[in-house]
Amino acid sequence: MMELSNLYDDFRNPDTIKAYASKITLLAKKLDREIGIMEVCGGHTHTIMKYGLPQLMPKNIDFIHGPGCPVCIMPKERIDHAYALAMQEDVILVTLGDMIKVPGSNESLQDARSKGADVRFVYSPLDTLKIALENPTKEVIFFAIGFETTTPMTAALLDLIIKKDIQNIKLHINHVTVPEVMTTLLVDSDNRSVKNRIDAFLGPSHVSVITGSKIYEPFALEYGKPVVVSGFEPVDVMQSIAMILEQLIENRSEVEIQYTRAVDRGGNKEAQKLIEKYFEKAPTFLWRGLGEVAHSSWKLKDVYNTYDAEVIYDAVLPKEQCMDHKLCLCGEILKGMAKPPQCTIFGKSCIPSNPIGSCMVSSEGACAAYYRYGNL
Amino acid sequence: MKKKTITLAQGNGGEENNELISKVFYKAFKNEILEQSEDAAVIHGGELAFSTDSFTVSPLFFAGADIGKLAVCGTCNDLAMMGAKPKYLTCSVIIEEGFELESLERIVESMQRELEINGAIVVSGDTKVVPRGSVDKIFINTTGIGEIIKKGISSNSITCDDVILVNRDIGCHGATIFVAREGMEMSSALESDCNSLYPQVKALLDANIAITAMRDATRGGAAAVLNEWAKQSDVCIEVEEEKIPVSDEVGGICEMLGFEATALANEGTFVLAVKKEDSDKAVEILKSFDVCAKASIIGSVTSMHPKKVILKSAWGTKRFLETPTGELLPRIC
Repeated sequence: MMELSNLYDDFRNPDTIKAYASKITLLAKKLDREIGIMEVCGGHTHTIMKYGLPQLMPKNIDFIHGPGCPVCIMPKERIDHAYALAMQEDVILVTLGDMIKVPGSNESLQDARSKGADVRFVYSPLDTLKIALENPTKEVIFFAIGFETTTPMTAALLDLIIKKDIQNIKLHINHVTVPEVMTTLLVDSDNRSVKNRIDAFLGPSHVSVITGSKIYEPFALEYGKPVVVSGFEPVDVMQSIAMILEQLIENRSEVEIQYTRAVDRGGNKEAQKLIEKYFEKAPTFLWRGLGEVAHSSWKLKDVYNTYDAEVIYDAVLPKEQCMDHKLCLCGEILKGMAKPPQCTIFGKSCIPSNPIGSCMVSSEGACAAYYRYGNL
Repeated sequence: MKKKTITLAQGNGGEENNELISKVFYKAFKNEILEQSEDAAVIHGGELAFSTDSFTVSPLFFAGADIGKLAVCGTCNDLAMMGAKPKYLTCSVIIEEGFELESLERIVESMQRELEINGAIVVSGDTKVVPRGSVDKIFINTTGIGEIIKKGISSNSITCDDVILVNRDIGCHGATIFVAREGMEMSSALESDCNSLYPQVKALLDANIAITAMRDATRGGAAAVLNEWAKQSDVCIEVEEEKIPVSDEVGGICEMLGFEATALANEGTFVLAVKKEDSDKAVEILKSFDVCAKASIIGSVTSMHPKKVILKSAWGTKRFLETPTGELLPRIC
């Protein structure tokens, strides 16, 4: 019988992992310099730290943990929106997992719930439909978060809301996109190089299932950075690192796909169509730790304003700006210029149960991963 | 000044829970016996073990057990973990108006069956019925007294001469409840490990196994127990990940939802610290019980990083295994 474990056992095979570790060590010797490889996606950060992969890397290969955790990069201003919406009478606020424990400028959704707000988390945005049908006298607000991976699901939810003419679901959209934020790590708004230590990218995998690997082509072609789209298992990541090193040794900078079992160049066309039907790019989005990034998020098209909680509840949504903490090094960490332990508040005043910086917020953030798994 | 309110995370059996206990309850009730932080208090000159537990599980009936079996196992297991034979229990129930009598009878019958397995009796009780909405269906509290048959078992006495064992595959209870509560549509052989541990403990004690400590890995799972031990005994516990028994069902649910099996709750799974020379024999005795077919030595005790638990992979990397935090929430992408 096919077991779920058949799907991942080979990708966690100790002998395969060790063989790639030897191969990477040999390849790294051919590069007589320090190499910084950014894993953009928080899922990869989690894999790298959980399986202890930095311990298998030669001295001159360094992981730089990127901004690809949708919970971590959510600015406090947006969390304050969620909190304010949750505290409205007759509102059920629905969101995805980790979002519940992240504090805004004041408190988290978990605190709102303990004060009587109805806050629920779902595994699929479509579960919101069931909640709305069971609670016809309540307004159900889906606080939508995530990268390109989860955006089509929110679009599918809106599609069903319209088709089934459901009146009591509204959406608060916080969907962000990967390429724009990757660009800000390399160049400023005038296209001048910014100081960073990124030599190559480990490309996000679930994002790429939707978008296809084509979205990374500018990084290889214009910025000369090799990109390898990698799966999430330790063997995937080890193989991808070897592929990146081979590119660097041969002076190539291409987009390659290691995660061929799920990703191709074009991506999921149906999902892309669904996104384009309901969403358009917002002028700018404030990323926690990195600041404003132009065209890096989606908003609902104006014709769908009647479903947009940000428009409908404008009067009750807080508008105050929150500054990132002065001592927080998240911005530097995300560019590979600093490691979590170099931050003076890391593990002291900034801990997972009381995160100050974005990278400590979710288990996919670099600081939280360091805090949790240590760097033995 | 904002009023602080209690969050669900503060009842998780992990870090936030520990903080609440130490800052509110330990602060008020401070005494030498309580501060031992054992599964059951050792009283009366070391002769008796004394413990209490309340049960609020939802749903009340789930694969492998129900709240009644759980209410007896929970308290009896805490006693057994101190090397005690469960003897006398109290039973307090708070019932919501409108609760079905038939369900109550099923629950009580299931309690009686489990009491017989432990050779214990209920000698005092209390029944309250509260208006609809004041509790969710039924909450049960049991308190128990056990007679200590092996003195000196303590989570504060673990040394580098001990090795660490578990009696079976971990995480079944937490995974079962999660699947039942979320109404997840999957067919599987998964069921709660809810079980009385006294028979297993008795077999080990009858064979004179040199047991240093035992703890049942309830809320917070094996990860919480190992961390509590490392701190209480000021040692480093090094665990080999591939030696930790996890069933395919539990492993699969962890994969899908982003959980760690070591953080999932158990109700019939315990961790043991046993003297090295007796460890193989202990595994052999445990394996004579049907549910313990996967009993295994999972790690050793060292002085490498005192107060910490280290998880070692099969490919030579290491990481800290932390006390679980937060609510049981999945990663989102």
